[in-house]
Amino acid sequence: MASILIPVGILGGIALFFGIFLVISAEKFKVTMDERVEKLIDVLPGIDCGACGAPGCSAFAEGVTKGEYPVNGCKAGGEEVATAVAEIMGVEAEVGGEEVAVLRCLGGTDVAKRVADYNGIKTCAALHLLGGDKGCQYGCLGLNDCVEACPFDALVMGEDGLPYVIEERCTACGVCVGTCPRELFEIISKKQDIYLACRSYDDAKTVKQVCSRGCIGCSLCTRVTLGETVTMDGNLASVHWDKIDDNSILKPALEKCPTKTYIKRSELRGFKNA
Amino acid sequence: MRLLTFKGGVHPEDKKELAGFAPIERIKPPEIVYLPLSQHTGVPSKPIIEKKDEVEVGMKIAESNGKLSVPLHSSVAGVYMGLVNYPHPLGGRKLAMKIKVDPERTEEWKSEEKEVGTLSNKDIIKIVKESGIVGMGGAAFPTFFKMQPPPDKKIADLIINGAECEPYLTADYRLMIERAEDILKGIDIIRRVINPDRVWIAIESNKMDAVERMKEVSSSYPSFNISIHKTKYPQGSEKQLVQAVKRQEVPEGGLPFDAGAYVQNIGTALAVYEAVCYSKPLYERVVTVTGSVRDPSNFLVPIGTPFDYLIEEAGGVIGTLMKVINGGPMMGIAQVYPEVPVIKGTTGILIQNREEVFSGIVGPCIRCAACIDVCPMCLMPTEINKSIETENFDKAEEMGVLSCMECGGCAYVCPSNIPLVQQFKYAKNEIMKRRK
Ligand code: SF4
Ligand code: SF4
Ligand code: SF4
Ligand code: SF4
Repeated sequence: MASILIPVGILGGIALFFGIFLVISAEKFKVTMDERVEKLIDVLPGIDCGACGAPGCSAFAEGVTKGEYPVNGCKAGGEEVATAVAEIMGVEAEVGGEEVAVLRCLGGTDVAKRVADYNGIKTCAALHLLGGDKGCQYGCLGLNDCVEACPFDALVMGEDGLPYVIEERCTACGVCVGTCPRELFEIISKKQDIYLACRSYDDAKTVKQVCSRGCIGCSLCTRVTLGETVTMDGNLASVHWDKIDDNSILKPALEKCPTKTYIKRSELRGFKNA
Repeated sequence: MRLLTFKGGVHPEDKKELAGFAPIERIKPPEIVYLPLSQHTGVPSKPIIEKKDEVEVGMKIAESNGKLSVPLHSSVAGVYMGLVNYPHPLGGRKLAMKIKVDPERTEEWKSEEKEVGTLSNKDIIKIVKESGIVGMGGAAFPTFFKMQPPPDKKIADLIINGAECEPYLTADYRLMIERAEDILKGIDIIRRVINPDRVWIAIESNKMDAVERMKEVSSSYPSFNISIHKTKYPQGSEKQLVQAVKRQEVPEGGLPFDAGAYVQNIGTALAVYEAVCYSKPLYERVVTVTGSVRDPSNFLVPIGTPFDYLIEEAGGVIGTLMKVINGGPMMGIAQVYPEVPVIKGTTGILIQNREEVFSGIVGPCIRCAACIDVCPMCLMPTEINKSIETENFDKAEEMGVLSCMECGGCAYVCPSNIPLVQQFKYAKNEIMKRRK
């Protein structure tokens, strides 16, 4: 009987020793973790997408508490997450991402002529190398490279062969800007509504032959807008966003442009978005 | 008879009978010609005349602009209408000089033949440069630049490329039949400059009458050899010619110089002769217009003539026009605009109608390895394609996609119709973009 007590005693002793050791070391080496970080990790999407610039959600959470990332820095989370993060951090959040992607082409199938049949590799990049199948050498090729690349499913291909931005989902990550071989996306502030939806540097005659909504380089918009907000870059008008605090500066351009190449983001969105 | 050849390659139907019997014919000039500033490999030329200026045939209208560049000459007499943004046969739109033609004043080049005799090599190279001569087999590399190989490279073999392996095209063949003497004089001028040990005139075995003709006239040039090559595509590619003639491969990423060879096309030799002995700049060339046209022809056309004008001159399209190709069926480029102009490197125009254009489905790779068998550069097209499909461009580069010369052999044999060459072109472009 007594023989069984010996091992029980030894094992019990070991267990007691480790128990006490662990309690002491836990106290002694305690990592003071900001409780806000834990709360933040709870509200973040947890998909570690990296669009914010941090290696993952928890790194972002820590960064926010140290002031390394802005409270609305989570691109994937959108407004909801930004508000929650701001609340935890005890600051006023600027709700809503500040920026959004816009497509600078209006040459849908009914607007810009397709001049050739293409039956090669179905990507914009491959078709662009061959010069494209559209009359316009600057316009959208409509083969979905951007739609497939957008990490937030914020792009859909419209029936007219142009991609549309679903603004609720767009986080202005800029992936589409780098993907489009024709560089048709631009990231602009959500405060801006009216923008110039064309990137063609062709002269008026060429543009008129290939597209009914392209910028013909008439420079009327530079004359009806104030100051140096719109200038000409060869045959294409160029809008200087840094000089435009109030988007209504562009209203005369929207009204006067003979080819209606200036459009309102809000209208496009209301009209096309699912 | 021993036929020279290379590894790999394919045997497409050559279809040379379509235009092969049509003698070279000078066409009457179109109403307007468009001369793109970029017709050669290198920096585009720079215009030196003003809008509304009168121009003459062969007048210099744009000068070379940088080290690797050549001047441009008017192909017609008429009035310069200014620079326009015009479709280009190599894709997109490029700046072109628009000239309204005056048919009365547009005449053939007339000049006394001059002796080469006292000219130094330097003089000849200068004439070649000032005459705007570029490789006329398609690549359009400035000839004066090629004529000055690095001094440490000894050129043992000068190879004149009369293989014209691309199906359908017959421009070089007609030149060999009709202008053999002049071509040989041109070759002799190039020989003087390059000073090789041996001279070869390479012709494929499907053009035996051209072989006979060249043999006949070359008897007065003892150092010239006519080499007969097996009819196989791409026999006329520089590296494959060197391999066939010298039994030595051009090192990977190297040029024929690196194997002691210099390759120049038949048409270029003729242009050199006309420039040196008649002071005639390169402003016209022979273009084969063939395929589904009523009268397949070999036309001597002013550079800048729109394709659609030539198609009409050749009797128009049979059936519904589907494809206009700049060049031949294997390496040619399908055009978006039928009104693109002929440039210095345009060897031919191929027309295909609805019946001829393939519009079948692209299937998956069945791993038959046919593409590997035919690749003259000994690449593995299917494997390279697989890595491009997964966007693994590093792997594609490792497997040698940059050595692919886009001959189209692999895509031609692929039973699954995979557009292999287009993938490789895309990958090369991506790799170059990433390097920057
Ligand atoms: S916007 Fe650009 S990437 Fe997107 S479909 Fe158009 S051409 Fe392609
Ligand atoms: S890829 Fe473009 S559309 Fe998609 S979320 Fe990023 S910026 Fe917005
Ligand atoms: S991989 Fe390139 S070189 Fe080889 S067969 Fe295909 S196109 Fe020709
Ligand atoms: S020929 Fe076509 S199907 Fe055959 S291995 Fe090559 S890619 Fe695959």
